[in-house]
Amino acid sequence: MTMEFIQQGLGRWLHIGAGVMWVGLLYYFNFVNAAAAKAATADVTAAGISKHVMPRALLFFRWAALVTWLAGASLLGRHFLDAFLFRERAYVAIGIGAWLGTIMLINVWGVIWPNQKKILGMKPATDEEKAKARRVAFLTSRANVALSLPMLFFMSASGGLFRTPML
Amino acid sequence: MKNPLDSLWGTVISGVVLTAVLYGVVKLMIGT
Repeated sequence: MTMEFIQQGLGRWLHIGAGVMWVGLLYYFNFVNAAAAKAATADVTAAGISKHVMPRALLFFRWAALVTWLAGASLLGRHFLDAFLFRERAYVAIGIGAWLGTIMLINVWGVIWPNQKKILGMKPATDEEKAKARRVAFLTSRANVALSLPMLFFMSASGGLFRTPML
Repeated sequence: MKNPLDSLWGTVISGVVLTAVLYGVVKLMIGT
């Protein structure tokens, strides 16, 4: 009972809470900050965003992504491989959501964050490298927004829409 | 051809289309 409470109660709470922070910041970057940074660059006020906002936002963004994934993996528990390998019908829908979330996590830690370090001057880079990093980080972030839509659909629908009497 | 991810609407539409495609795939996989 205690383990079940920790895994299914606290684990789900943490998974959803961290997920809200992760996807919330992802949407902030794409729906708010991208256009705001462009306008701020035009009137030479972008330095404050780069120096004070982005490092903090990226800190919570990337760690929230990791916590979300770990809490999700813990929630799957002994059914982790059933979901990721689509071994049982009951875990196909959540498996698709889990794969999408995993691809998004890899994009955050493997592509967006390394490129953002160049853009924000945390890692040495030439102007040409920064321009390339900006484009790669932008497109990967946009890809994550697109992936987030089916990810959220399958995460939220897996327990209801796809549940059949024989599962 | 323009990259749909360059615009917010293109990104959202791409996500919705992907959702619909995967929905069909999952329905086929679970046989409902």
